[in-house]
Amino acid sequence: MSESSPILEARGLVKTLGGNRVLENVSLNIGRGRVKVLIGPSGAGKSTLLQCLNLLIPPDSGRVLLEGSEIDARNRRELCSFRQQVGMIFQDFNLFDHLSALDNVRVALMKVRRMSKLDATERAVAELTRVGLADKAALYPANLSGGQKQRVAIARALAMDPKVMLLDEPTSALDPELIGEVLAVIRDLAQGGMTMILATHQISFSAGLADEFIFMERGRIVEQGSPAELLAKGANSRTKAFCAKISELTGEADAEFRQ
Amino acid sequence: MNFSVALSAAHDSLPYMLGGVGWTVGLIVGAMLLGLCLGVPLAVAQVYGPKPLRRVVGVWVWLFRGVPILVQLYIFYFGLMSWLSSLPGLGGLGLDSPFTAAVLSLGLTSSAYQSQIFRGAIQSLPAGQLKAARALGMSDRQAIRTIVLPQALRLSIPAWSNEYSILLKDSALAFTIGVVEIMARMRAIASTTHEPVSMSFVAGVIFFFLTWIGVKGLTLLENKVRIAGYTRQGAA
Amino acid sequence: MSTPYLEFLSTELGPGLVAGLWTSLVVIGPSVLLGALIGLTVGVLRVYGPVPVRFVANGYVSLFRGTPLVVQVFFWYFALPFIKIGGVSIVLDPIPAAIVSFALCSGAYQSEYIRGGLNSIKRGQIRAAMALGMTTRQAVTSVVLPQAFRRALPGCGNEIVYLIKYSSLASLITVNELTGTATTIAKNSWRNIEVFCTLGVFYLFLVTVATGLLRLLEDWLSVPGFERPKS
Repeated sequence: MSESSPILEARGLVKTLGGNRVLENVSLNIGRGRVKVLIGPSGAGKSTLLQCLNLLIPPDSGRVLLEGSEIDARNRRELCSFRQQVGMIFQDFNLFDHLSALDNVRVALMKVRRMSKLDATERAVAELTRVGLADKAALYPANLSGGQKQRVAIARALAMDPKVMLLDEPTSALDPELIGEVLAVIRDLAQGGMTMILATHQISFSAGLADEFIFMERGRIVEQGSPAELLAKGANSRTKAFCAKISELTGEADAEFRQ
Repeated sequence: MNFSVALSAAHDSLPYMLGGVGWTVGLIVGAMLLGLCLGVPLAVAQVYGPKPLRRVVGVWVWLFRGVPILVQLYIFYFGLMSWLSSLPGLGGLGLDSPFTAAVLSLGLTSSAYQSQIFRGAIQSLPAGQLKAARALGMSDRQAIRTIVLPQALRLSIPAWSNEYSILLKDSALAFTIGVVEIMARMRAIASTTHEPVSMSFVAGVIFFFLTWIGVKGLTLLENKVRIAGYTRQGAA
Repeated sequence: MSTPYLEFLSTELGPGLVAGLWTSLVVIGPSVLLGALIGLTVGVLRVYGPVPVRFVANGYVSLFRGTPLVVQVFFWYFALPFIKIGGVSIVLDPIPAAIVSFALCSGAYQSEYIRGGLNSIKRGQIRAAMALGMTTRQAVTSVVLPQAFRRALPGCGNEIVYLIKYSSLASLITVNELTGTATTIAKNSWRNIEVFCTLGVFYLFLVTVATGLLRLLEDWLSVPGFERPKS
């Protein structure tokens, strides 16, 4: 599958953390409107890869390019403007605990994009409405459920008009009954044409969404291809073996989203 | 200030200054015990007592936490105790000694602070503990004595060692009413030798050392009475 | 017989103590402000400063927390003039000496709470701010400090209340604040119990008002998840 003009591209990322090679020469790119799903056992380097793509963790070597131009991590202004264009969703939400849902969405609009309070509010309310939380705008993180927190976090990222979204196991910290509401929002985003790289264990959900599965193990990309290819009957892929193992454990939760 | 002169003055003063340690330790031990004996019942009363009693404890705590130690020393020494010992039959009991007044004011203040330490510890215990004791047919008094307090007191030890170092520092104020503890000796010797710098240094070192010993001792105590599952985190 | 208490209060004791109260406030006000400033600076340095700076800051804190305040007051007022560096020595008047002692001691205690507040902030908070494109400075001012300040406020407030009480030590270096004035009146009138109990009431009043104001501030800043710990 050739992608003529990738939005986000990583070339030869290497990262060593505490003596361990967490990323071993990883390259990938993603084109506009595509959805790529990172799967693999925990400790495979998925989370590190996503944070390196955003330069939240500076890679030891390798390059990150947005729309073809390389990001210089030492140039603070360039770095900040790059991060605005790449939305990040964390496993444990990381909502700002001292700010209401509305202010969580609004704070970067006002501080980083220097929007007026009125415009920022309007935009924030629109994003909260999009994730179905317009009525919770005044609540603080302590008063929101896990699923609601993650939806606010998504609204917060969307408000920055990102060109691509990185989602780091967005449902892993959620109680099973709250996963559905977050997955529904992610599905809406994908169908609306958002470019996304998603690390997740929700295999069957993401199989219906992804253009490509990327299977990682020990800091390397081991396999990549369309879900249909990798999960086809009779396919002898690592991905398939891994997925079979996961769905044995979490089969029921996954089945709900199989449709 | 000449450094070698200062050093030899510090050295010469040491025996006299150390003679104050006994008084300081006496003040702390007396005040801590008084604070403990009053603080535990105060805490129990504030958690389990009827409303009027809780009010009274609240006023007690407000009063002794609100009035500076120095002012309490003056009230007890220059006021209350000399008045008390002037009453018939209370004359020869030593009530008007500076030491008694100092232990009383330090101890009563400490009782207010200690009661809040114990109260916090009691309230941090899971409610199921008291329920389980009642389910075994214990009276409330038995349950508090045998189930609640042994747990609460263990949880209180870290805060208690903090209380110790506060008392140690407050005890230095007892010189104002004439207890010849470390600070009193430091002032006396500083004014005769004109070496206040080295003297305050010596006093500082002695206080520092006493803080360290006390905190170490209470950590040892904590380890000695430790039961699996009762850690510092449990008190938070 | 001497004059009745109420008359004594209205003619001599009351006016004297009110005058002393103003002096107390002159000592307490700058001490609180300076102490907070020192506490904030030292607390931030102890968490984010380079290792040698942290080492020095920790030393300062354990020194000033480990010795009695009265020894420190004594040092700044009586001992400091004896320290000559290049033939120059610093002599502090009673009120400045009191303010210096209180501010330095209070700052050491305050820094503990600031440090605790800063350490309580999860790494993810800063990471999320960075991911939105905030600069380090923006992340610190709009995410880290507002949270740390709320966490530190109850402890810092207690420290201010302590400082109000310990301002009575200024009387030991001849400052005529509340306690100093009361001691003089007691000496002249021989009415110790009445004078010192009334003095106690003045401090109770100060402490209660300060506690109430700090509560108001806490409630005003309170957001869910940062409530005042139930005491």
